[in-house]
Amino acid sequence: MGRATKRVLAAASGGGHFEQLMLLRKTLELHDIHFATTDRDVAVQHGITGAAILPDCNKNRPFRSAWCGIVALWLVIKLRPDIVISTGAAPGFFCILAGRLVGARTLWIDSVANADKLSMCGRLSLTFAHKCLTQWEHLAGDPEPVFRGALL
Amino acid sequence: MILVTVGMQLGFDRLISAMDALAPTLGMPVVAQTGPSRFTPTNMDAHNRIAPDKFEKLVQQSRLIVSHAGIGTVLTAQRFGKPIILMPRRAELGEHRNDHQLATANKLDGRSGILVAMDQTELADRIADGLALKAFRSNPDSGSRQLRSTVARFIETGHL
Repeated sequence: MGRATKRVLAAASGGGHFEQLMLLRKTLELHDIHFATTDRDVAVQHGITGAAILPDCNKNRPFRSAWCGIVALWLVIKLRPDIVISTGAAPGFFCILAGRLVGARTLWIDSVANADKLSMCGRLSLTFAHKCLTQWEHLAGDPEPVFRGALL
Repeated sequence: MILVTVGMQLGFDRLISAMDALAPTLGMPVVAQTGPSRFTPTNMDAHNRIAPDKFEKLVQQSRLIVSHAGIGTVLTAQRFGKPIILMPRRAELGEHRNDHQLATANKLDGRSGILVAMDQTELADRIADGLALKAFRSNPDSGSRQLRSTVARFIETGHL
């Protein structure tokens, strides 16, 4: 049986990535939305109390990244989202990877901070996410990453 | 009041020490979120980490924000209509993993309410410019509307 609304997991690290996700909030909240971030205080400041918390990580912290990947996988297996969206960074990318494993459609939105080249996770998302957006027109590629406007 | 921030994740003592030196000349209190720092400011009300709710109140109270070129702070400043001066972190000085802040600062320079100091020597002039700014409007959000409708379509259909 189909659901009236989609179950969406929206993941972003605390800071600029999460601020960008919050600019999409009205759109996301039309659906069964679940947020994941790395800093509970940042989510609470935006009035989001039920956010899943992921360990923060980056490519220079391999063990923490592995742990984050496991936590993201566990979250996605529990939640079974239809859609996974991330505005970055590495923890959000792990949610996208995990989303692929449970059959979700996945969208990477590269941070507006990446103005001269796609982030590393953005480049990986060209392969691993269903769709990859850049927020800078001059970075758009053929066929991807796709430029469809920016949040700043 | 002037609010200085380098975000919460990485220290940026080149900005913090320059602002501490400038603070007595600015004629108003300076509050700073220093991140993990090895420098002890003496002329600013400095904190390693300011809780997000308190930080947002400080943004509202501030006349001007002086910041690393982090998008989170830029978006917060725009949300409250506050002028912001960006000084980019440099990878060659060990201030970040790469030079994306340099690109951010270059691309955002000249947008309404956003000023750029490429290094600490430009801070005093940019602060004077920022304090002289008249009220500004943040950019019209047609690009942001387009991105939101793209995301809405992706959720509905699984395609862009």
